[in-house]
Amino acid sequence: MLRQEEGSRAVAESVALCRPKVISAYPISPQTHIVEHLSDLVRTTDLSPCEYLMVESEFAAMSAAIGASAAGARTYTATASQGLLYMAEALYNASGLGLPIVMTIANRAIGAPINIWNDHSDSMSQRDSGWIQLYAESNQEALDMHIQAFRIAERLSLPVMVCMDGFILTHAYDEVDIPDQKAVDDFLPPFEPRQVLDPAEPVTIGAMVGPEAFFEVKYLAHAKQMQALDVIPEVAQRFAIDFGRPSGGLLREYRTEGAETIIVALGSVLGSIEDVIDEMRQAGIQVGALGIKSFRPFPLEEVREALTGASRVVVLEKALAVGRGGIVSTDVHEALHGTHIRCNTVIAGLGGRSITRDSLHGLLERAGRDELEPLSFLDLKTELVEHELERAHRGTPSGPHEQNILNEIGVVAARPH
Amino acid sequence: MPYQEIKLYQAGTFVAGNRLLDPDQRSVQARMERSNTLTSGHRACQGCGEALGARYVLDAAMRAADGELIATNATGCLEVFSTPYPESSWQLAWIHSLFGNAPAVATGVAAALKARGRDDVRVIGQGGDGGTLDIGFACLSGMFERNDDVLFVCYDNEAYMNTGVQRSGATPPAARTANTKPVGGTAGNEFGKGKNAPLIAMAHEIPYVATATVAELRDLEAKVERAMEMRGARYIHVFVPCPLGWGSASRDTIRIARLVKETGIFPVFEAEDGQVTSVSKIRRRVPVEEYLKLQRRYAHLFGDPPQTEVIARIQERADRNIRNFGLLAGADEGGDLPGSAADVAGDTPGQDDPSRTAEQETNLMRLMASSPHGPQ
Repeated sequence: MLRQEEGSRAVAESVALCRPKVISAYPISPQTHIVEHLSDLVRTTDLSPCEYLMVESEFAAMSAAIGASAAGARTYTATASQGLLYMAEALYNASGLGLPIVMTIANRAIGAPINIWNDHSDSMSQRDSGWIQLYAESNQEALDMHIQAFRIAERLSLPVMVCMDGFILTHAYDEVDIPDQKAVDDFLPPFEPRQVLDPAEPVTIGAMVGPEAFFEVKYLAHAKQMQALDVIPEVAQRFAIDFGRPSGGLLREYRTEGAETIIVALGSVLGSIEDVIDEMRQAGIQVGALGIKSFRPFPLEEVREALTGASRVVVLEKALAVGRGGIVSTDVHEALHGTHIRCNTVIAGLGGRSITRDSLHGLLERAGRDELEPLSFLDLKTELVEHELERAHRGTPSGPHEQNILNEIGVVAARPH
Repeated sequence: MPYQEIKLYQAGTFVAGNRLLDPDQRSVQARMERSNTLTSGHRACQGCGEALGARYVLDAAMRAADGELIATNATGCLEVFSTPYPESSWQLAWIHSLFGNAPAVATGVAAALKARGRDDVRVIGQGGDGGTLDIGFACLSGMFERNDDVLFVCYDNEAYMNTGVQRSGATPPAARTANTKPVGGTAGNEFGKGKNAPLIAMAHEIPYVATATVAELRDLEAKVERAMEMRGARYIHVFVPCPLGWGSASRDTIRIARLVKETGIFPVFEAEDGQVTSVSKIRRRVPVEEYLKLQRRYAHLFGDPPQTEVIARIQERADRNIRNFGLLAGADEGGDLPGSAADVAGDTPGQDDPSRTAEQETNLMRLMASSPHGPQ
C-alpha cells in the first residue's frame, strides 16, 4: 500500500511484518523512532507474540538478542553510532556463534567531538565484525532490505545489519509501498534455527576453542559470507518477483554505460549523485554511478565488472580511516587491481556536513580533468584546520580543538553549511 | 547409664547426614535420578568450590524444573574448565557468550521462551564474582530491575581466578591477590573498598535473594528449590573457596566455607522482596583467625610480628555482620532480623511509630550504610 511515511516508521512496520519474536533495544538518536513504533505495536498486540525488552545498554541489547536468537526466536534490534561501538564485543560474538539477528543501523558519526548527524563511521568501524552489511539508498529500499535481511540471515545463519542514513532517511517523510502481511509471510518462511537451546536436545553453545579448531570455525564465517554473494542477489531477485520492484542486491549501476568517470558510493547520497549525473549527462559528460548495496560481503568481481570500461573511478566515502584515508576505496582498489583505471578517494559528509549537488558537480568536473588528488576531503574548511594546526604547533597549551574551531567560525553550535 | 544428647555439629560437618532424613527430604545429590548436570571429567582444580557449588545448584534447579532448564554462563573458570572444545561437561542446554553479559543473555533466552509459549522451560544464569558484580553488573542490575524471569547465581571466590588471581569488587580487605600484594608497607587489599552484591540485589526488591556456602549444601539446594518456586528475577550468591587463588589446601574447601559463616564474615541469609526473611545462625562462634589462618592469601597477617591491628579490623567487620544480621543463636527470639519489622522499630520496640512505614523503606539503606563494603 502506498503511503507517505517517515523512514523510521516504515522500517518499523516492515520489521513487524517479519514477525520478530524478540526485540531488544536501547535508545540512541537517530534510531529511536524505529524502536518506539515497534514498542507501540507490541503493546497494542498488533505484533504478537513478541517480547520487547527495554534493556539498560546497547551491550545488553545485543546480548539479549544473542540469548533470544539462540533460544529459537526471530530477533531484531536497532542502534547507531556510540551504541554500535558499545555493543562491539557482542557483535563479534553474535556472528561467531552464527546467530541470524537483524539490526538496523541509523548511521551516525562517532565522537569525540560528540555529533548526532549522519555519516558512516559507525557501521564502517564494524566492517570486520562478521556481520553482513547492507546499505539502503532510500526509505523504500530500507524497508524492503529488512524483509530481505531476515531471509538472508536465516538462510545463512549469519547476522545482518541494514544501514540507513540517520536523519536523512530515518526522519524523512517519503512515499513508500508497505507490503501486506500475506506477501511477506509467503516470502519469509518461519524461523527454523540451525542451532537452538532446547532442553530436549541439550547442546553446548559457545564452548572454548583452542588453536586446533579456532581457525576453521572462523573460516566458516568467511565461507558463509562468500555464499552470501550468491544468496543476496537470489533473495533480491525473488523479492523483485514477489513484490514487483527491484531492491537490495549486491550493487546498483546508474548510467554506467559508456561512462568515463564512475562515482562509487553507499547509501542515500546516491540520490544526489544520480541527479548530478543526469545533469552532466545532459551536458554531454559521460559519467555514471555505482551504488554498493552489500559492503560485507564485498562483491569484488561484480564491482570490477561494473567499473571496467571507465577510465577513472571516484570513491565517495562518508567515513575516514584516520591515518590512512578511505575504507571502501581500499576494497575498490583491490577490485581494480591489474587494470589501468585511476581510482581517487574522496572523504565527504562527515558529521552531517552536507554533500551538495554543487560540490558533487565540482568534484566530478575536477575528476574529469584528472585534477583530483588520490585522497581529498570534499568541502573541508582547510583554513580552519591550518589555523588550528598552527596554534597547536606554537607549543603552548592551545585548548580543545572543537572549541577553538567553533570560536573561529563564530558559532557555539552547529549551523547549516 | 549416663545419657548425653548428641548435637549435629558435634559430628564435625554441622550437616545432618542423609540417612537421618526422611527420603523425601534427602538432598538432590543423594538421589538416584540426579541429573549430573555438570558431569565428571571437567578440568576444575582439586577442591574447587565453584565446581561443587555449580553441581549442587544446577542439579537442584534441574530437578525443580523437571529437566526443562537452559543455562547461560559468563566467561570464567566455570566456563573454561567445563568446555574445552569438543568436550563439554554440560548435560543441559547451555550457552556461553561473553564475560559481562550472562544476565542479559539469560534475559533474551527467557524472552524467547515466553514468546514461543515455552514458559515451562526455566532459565538460570551463572558467573563468578568478576563476571557478576564487576564487568557484568550493569547487565545484572538491568535484569533485576526488569524483574526478568531468571535465576542468577554468582559463585563468589573473591577474585579473578581465571586470569591469575587479580582483585575484584568482591575481594575482601587484607587479602593478597596478584595486584594487591602486601608489599611496600601495605597489608593486601585495602579496607573500605568493594561492594556487597546481595544487599544491592535486595535494593532492587526482586522476589528472592539468598546467600549460601558450599559447606551447607543442603541449605544451598533448599535455596535453589525456593528460588525455582518463584518467577521473576532471583539471585543466589554462593561463597566458593578457591584453593589455588587463596593458597588453601584442597581438603579445606568445606572447612573454610563453614568457618566463613561461623566467624560472621559471610552472613548466610534469605530475603524476599527486599526484606531479609531468615538468617542461618552461627552454631559455634569462632574468631576470624581460625578462618584466615587456613589461607595463604592472609599469611602476611600472621608473620613476625603478626598484624594484629589488621586482624582486629577484620574481626570488627565480622562482629558488625553478627550484629546487623542477628547471626548469633538465640537472637531470632528477638525477631531483630535485618529488614524485619522489629528491627525497623530499632530502639523503640513495641512503640507505635507513625514513621514506621517510611523507616521500613529505608531499612535496607540503613543496612547497606552500616555495611557498605561487603559481608567481608
